[in-house]
Amino acid sequence: MVGQMRTSQAKLGLLVAAVVLVQFFTSITGTEYYLTQLTMAAYYGLVVIGLCALMGYAGQISIGHAGFFAIGGYISALLTTYDLTPFAASPVVGLLKQAGLLFTWENLYGESLLTCAPWTAGLAAITVAALVALVLGVPVLKLRGHYLAMATLGFGTIIYRMVLALPAFGEADGISQVPGFVLLPAGLLSPGAIMITGESNLRIFNYYVAWTVLLLGLLLLLNLMTRSRSGRALRALHGSEEAAEACGVDTSRAKLQVFVLSAVYAALAGVLLTHFNEGIGPEEATVMKSVRYVALVAVGGMTSLWGALIMGVGLSFLSLRGVFGSYDDAVFGLILLAVMLFAPGGLLQLSNRIPWRRLWPATRHRQS
Amino acid sequence: MLELHKVHKHFGGLQAVDNVSFTVATGCIKGVIGPNGAGKSTLFNLIACNTPLSSGSIRLNGREIQGLKAYQTAALGIARTFQNIKLFSGMKVLECVMVGAHTRGRAGFLAGMLPLPKHRREEAAIRDKSMACLEFLNIADLAHSPTDALAFGQQRAVELARALAADPQLLLLDEPAAGLNIYETAELGRLITTIREQNITVLLVEHDMSLVMDICDEIVVLSSGRKLAEDSPTNIQRNPEVIAAYLGEDHEPAR
Repeated sequence: MVGQMRTSQAKLGLLVAAVVLVQFFTSITGTEYYLTQLTMAAYYGLVVIGLCALMGYAGQISIGHAGFFAIGGYISALLTTYDLTPFAASPVVGLLKQAGLLFTWENLYGESLLTCAPWTAGLAAITVAALVALVLGVPVLKLRGHYLAMATLGFGTIIYRMVLALPAFGEADGISQVPGFVLLPAGLLSPGAIMITGESNLRIFNYYVAWTVLLLGLLLLLNLMTRSRSGRALRALHGSEEAAEACGVDTSRAKLQVFVLSAVYAALAGVLLTHFNEGIGPEEATVMKSVRYVALVAVGGMTSLWGALIMGVGLSFLSLRGVFGSYDDAVFGLILLAVMLFAPGGLLQLSNRIPWRRLWPATRHRQS
Repeated sequence: MLELHKVHKHFGGLQAVDNVSFTVATGCIKGVIGPNGAGKSTLFNLIACNTPLSSGSIRLNGREIQGLKAYQTAALGIARTFQNIKLFSGMKVLECVMVGAHTRGRAGFLAGMLPLPKHRREEAAIRDKSMACLEFLNIADLAHSPTDALAFGQQRAVELARALAADPQLLLLDEPAAGLNIYETAELGRLITTIREQNITVLLVEHDMSLVMDICDEIVVLSSGRKLAEDSPTNIQRNPEVIAAYLGEDHEPAR
């Protein structure tokens, strides 16, 4: 297990090096616009690794994770764009303002708005997503296999129809003009505010923020799944719930915990990506999005957080670059179909099947 | 240590276990035998709290355990193996056995995400304990093999190691000799006696008469859900009712 830890440290080192190299390369070649899609892809990667923990490790499928992403994004967007100026005189708003939970900013038209601060809004959004996951998870996680898949699909559909129907969520237009997520206010370290935003002068910074969040998220999940009692219990209940119970694992509780955790990952990605994109639309809540996340976990190899991360980011990046054109959703459907048929262990595992030694005889000599 | 009092279990109209009472004394090896469909496995599932009782009571060290969840009985010191082996596929043997020691740890879900020193020590203790169990069963060399790649006898051994990793007071073995050859069965018999020497009480359901007669201190015979007899192995072998249940009512001893 020490060896396992070393290889995962080596992999992490390689990944960090790759992330930095990509940034250097784009800066040198003047192709920094790639970083924008890589930033977005990293946030999608966060959803995918969270879902991987739930699906691949604990064996509980969810075809409703776009719903949690949307809850995160939409609530944060709503709270940071809903102008409280008309209520400024009310004691509640005054109290919130005094507590530092609100902030004032100017929108594109130069109007001054008093809204929830992004920190407050983001935390509220993630809390709501966690609570929804908790309330949904208690009954739904009693189901298995197809039944769980269908129930989560139902949940995803409800969220999609809600964001489409509710005027507060902007119906088909979604919510736009969402302010940046201020990490450090203006004047503290630099003249401008340091924030998660799509502004091009903060592009490189945002690229690193997204990847830091993603890699931290990965590290936490790796610790949980490969080196902890709770993670072991989750993988055990995937194999046999009855035997895990006999070993003293409270399986309903364990499943609920990992379900809420993966919902929090999706909601966090939703919050950060919405502030980065300065808006969110109903297409983020579609069932196709949920299916896409499942496909990305599958193509990464189900029980491989690394595979999920690399495939999640890589394919999301290609999709965002428009490589798949108008066949985008079809491509992900095809990927899901092909992986299930030909590479149920994921794309990365296919490399084990390639006869490297025959292709490259030198390795044979070295081994013998 | 374990007391069953007027235990009933029916599934619809079927009386699977009918008014069964017996006790298992601390440190003894007790066998439950009976023809197919006698209710042995149901009885086991009742003791492990996998299925609720219809009526009656089951006490462990004087404490009522009916109504508890299966995972709660594990914390009270009941460990079990399964008739149709249930290992955790996708895990290494050592990890699988470490799950058996689940009740020995406290680290929670969030603590698992942050490797704090305290929890690392706990993990190390669980790993050492599990390794010791593998060594006890002479399968330490399998520690890093995937559970899916094991031979049948090895799978049984891993299941036993997993149960022992919990440091149980009471070990429930559901047909541990099923599928083993006579040498492996004899080896298993020796193993179970060694386990008893570690102050672990053993209750086993078994079809293999040679094993049961060899190692059990007492035997309960079930037939059609009812307790037919409860006695020492030698007396059970001579009990006419037991012979009738096994060989059929019409059987008459040769004259």
